[in-house]
Amino acid sequence: MKVTEAVAIDHGLKKEEFSKICELLKRTPNLTELAIFSAMWNEHCSYKSSRKHLKKMHTKGKQVIQGPGENAGVIDIGDDDAIVFKIESHNHPSFIEPYQGAATGVGGIMRDVFTMGARPIANLNSIHFGSPQHKKTRNLLRGVVKGIGGYGNCIGVPTIAGQTTFDESYNGNILVNAMTLGLVNKNKIFYSKAAGLDKPVIYVGSKTGRDGIHGASMASATFDDKIEEKKPTVQVGDPFTEKLLLEACLELMADNSIIAIQDMGAAGLTSSSVEMASKGNLGIELNLSQVPCREEKMTPYEIMLSESQERMLIVLEKGKEEHAKKIFDKWNLDFAVIGKTTNSKKIELIFDNKKVAEIPIDLLAENAPIYDRPWKKTKLPQKLKFDKDEFKSLKLSDCLKKILSNSNISDKKWIWDQYDHTVMGDTIQKPGGDAGVVRVHGTNKAVAASVDSSALYCFSHPLTGGKQIVCESYRNLISVGAKPIAITNCLNFGNPEKEKNMGEFVECVEGITEASKYLDFPVVSGNVSFYNETKDKGIKPTPTIGGIGLISDYQQMLTMDFKTEGNLVYVIGKTDGHLDQSIFAREILNEKKGPPPTVNLFNEKNIGEAVLDLSRKNLIVSCHDVSLGGVLIALSKMCIKGKKGIKINSLKGLTNKYEYFFGEDQARYIVEIPKASLKKVNDILNKYSVHFDELGTVNGQSIEYKDDINLPIEELADAHKYWLKKYMDS
Amino acid sequence: MRSSVIIFPGSNCDRDMDVALRKFGFKNQMVWHNDKSIPKSDLIVLPGGFSYGDYLRCGSIASKSNIIKSVIDFANSGGLVLGICNGFQILTETGLLKGILQQNKFLNFICRNVFVKVKDKQNKYFKDLKKDILELHIAHNEGNYFCSDDELKSLEDNNQIAVTYCGEDGAENEVTNPNGAIKNIAGIFNNNKNVLGMMPHPERMIDKYLSGEDGSLFFKNILDNFK
Repeated sequence: MKVTEAVAIDHGLKKEEFSKICELLKRTPNLTELAIFSAMWNEHCSYKSSRKHLKKMHTKGKQVIQGPGENAGVIDIGDDDAIVFKIESHNHPSFIEPYQGAATGVGGIMRDVFTMGARPIANLNSIHFGSPQHKKTRNLLRGVVKGIGGYGNCIGVPTIAGQTTFDESYNGNILVNAMTLGLVNKNKIFYSKAAGLDKPVIYVGSKTGRDGIHGASMASATFDDKIEEKKPTVQVGDPFTEKLLLEACLELMADNSIIAIQDMGAAGLTSSSVEMASKGNLGIELNLSQVPCREEKMTPYEIMLSESQERMLIVLEKGKEEHAKKIFDKWNLDFAVIGKTTNSKKIELIFDNKKVAEIPIDLLAENAPIYDRPWKKTKLPQKLKFDKDEFKSLKLSDCLKKILSNSNISDKKWIWDQYDHTVMGDTIQKPGGDAGVVRVHGTNKAVAASVDSSALYCFSHPLTGGKQIVCESYRNLISVGAKPIAITNCLNFGNPEKEKNMGEFVECVEGITEASKYLDFPVVSGNVSFYNETKDKGIKPTPTIGGIGLISDYQQMLTMDFKTEGNLVYVIGKTDGHLDQSIFAREILNEKKGPPPTVNLFNEKNIGEAVLDLSRKNLIVSCHDVSLGGVLIALSKMCIKGKKGIKINSLKGLTNKYEYFFGEDQARYIVEIPKASLKKVNDILNKYSVHFDELGTVNGQSIEYKDDINLPIEELADAHKYWLKKYMDS
Repeated sequence: MRSSVIIFPGSNCDRDMDVALRKFGFKNQMVWHNDKSIPKSDLIVLPGGFSYGDYLRCGSIASKSNIIKSVIDFANSGGLVLGICNGFQILTETGLLKGILQQNKFLNFICRNVFVKVKDKQNKYFKDLKKDILELHIAHNEGNYFCSDDELKSLEDNNQIAVTYCGEDGAENEVTNPNGAIKNIAGIFNNNKNVLGMMPHPERMIDKYLSGEDGSLFFKNILDNFK
């Protein structure tokens, strides 16, 4: 096929980009070369719209071993132990084919982690679906959950936490973000930077097939009516092979045979070979006739673009080929020497003894386009004036039950029952808590992890929303007794070519940056997913934050369930009663306007540190952060989980009970305090000058508040626990 | 007591089992599926996971692996063979245990705590066990035990039903049956009761920070009976 501008446009390149390629190459590329450019220059691989803004992120800290730019971020957790972690999106493929899309999302993120020498120890996910009433939602949810479980369960890595939301803006674009944590010795971390000339380049893992061709380009475009036609661009996963690949790679990594290693993810062999050469400032020569292929007569074009799963590219020390081959043979995996490193600073492809492509590496990497896209600021909406007379017709207990069974608040047990969350024998906090917690095998340490996003807040005011999710992640970790260390982020947005969407991105990133800097909670890895848009309708901005924290002695871990009758319950942090953008406003008042709650970073940090201090001194026995739904929802969850009631005090100086109980003000925690610790707790809270309310006492089997609420825990549990199951069964 | 845990490609509870066995004092070794023989052992464990990707049928390829003949010989000579989850599936595929494990009734993978009732204590696994009901953990997609009427009758007549799903109070019914298994069966013995296959994972219940501690009782009891 002759390469023309039209062919280039078919490959997702813009007219100007094609001219630039011809100019840089000083000739028209052949089809294989064009394919390589299209794979490397698309949004998914090049970050061309986001790079300018991502550079501003806060990425450094004393525990950061590796920040963004590698397969995953790495943080130091002491005693030579390090945690490798990252979150990544698989949104577009999951909408086209939910099972395989979600499964390969999990597979891909796990490879990013074990590529660095780490054994995966926990998976998390953040999944977002359209309105429950939308005809596709139920099947998409079922497929995604099965896909995530099908892959993670088979590999034998526990899925320890997650987040599921429903919003009509995801009707045509669901979001599937998968996160993995791995454990590695900090002196045995593997990177993707090639080094040394004439080193063998090794292909290992599954054979290359015709699946996933153009996957990365597909993920860099919006959807239209013809998405069914895109099914072949979705990769097909084989978790069994990945399990073998994991074990084989870790076995080979036990000695010093590997110079560099990179998984073949988006844009497959193209992106992995170019990235390794680019980072090492080298050239790379590949003989594509040596690539193990699953199908006959595959062309260089197909081989370079295939996104077949479970494959790795390794630059090996010379002379170690036999040793390495033995390990891969043992695990029944393909092993082929397919090329070598060179000093040409080019990627050169040989097929059937002919050179079929030759491109200088820097044209694909450093010279890839970077755009400074125009963007628009989102103004902070006016705060609403709620008509409090209208509240008089409401009943507090009815509101509580209704909100507890809201799709975004209700229990997600139906989902996580399908994920193996206990394999590996170290899961000490299962899904359903504020964060999942796994022990660092064989030590007293434990790692907590949480995924969070707040699309409603981010949509209303991206700058505040960006700050809020970082704070929410911080609070969730502190609520389980962990010291927050670092975050990874998955930035899901609409079309960056639209000023509004680009503005949402820029301002969310600004908010994330400001909060992570203030809280010393650096971003060490992440991924950007643009073009989450179907037929001109984009998603609400949904940056997802994956936070990691450390518990130095796992016996100090906290859970949210109320423990003992007679213990006192405090709300730490001040409640002003911010109802705008709250679930209460949406679900009860049908009001969607107004600004999100204000984020005060000083308070977040100060209150967070106070609560952490209480937990380190063993003064509190349960803890839960107050977020979506407000105080009463948080309390109800603590009651349901602990199967214990609470008697709520008459609150002094309370302006309005609805504002107090359902307001979504930030920087608040609910804690349970044994009477014997009370004085010490008060002293500490006063030392930090933190506001707190004496909310009530753990008592009986009901939640009671004056004459307004008297609800048995069982009734609350019914409202909370069964919405999703009923929905899926209906 | 010496134990061997067989690792098949795709096994993923092998390490957990090793950790559990060692914790209670077994001298455990790991054995690779391609080996032809098993080191001298008093107990062989087939761990959970997805041996050979569970392709074809769960456990079927593993039942034809190199190591399996040694496992069968060991079982036939009276040695203790314990199959957990995928291990149970493999044991039914080898024919050492009767019946089959079908996909769960509601077609979903299930991961959660369950209660099981110990139905027979005249064997080396449960003899003198202090409790009659154990809280254990399941994590499987194909745990729905099924067998023919004749097979069921012979299992019942010979007291070969080892454990059944039940409520905390011991009630065995549809509500307390997580996967649709016939007669709430969670685990069975062979005729001589030296081979035990069960879906629940005792190795995930070995300290109070995990899902519970009843798995500890199970392992300690095997050791006590061996002394």
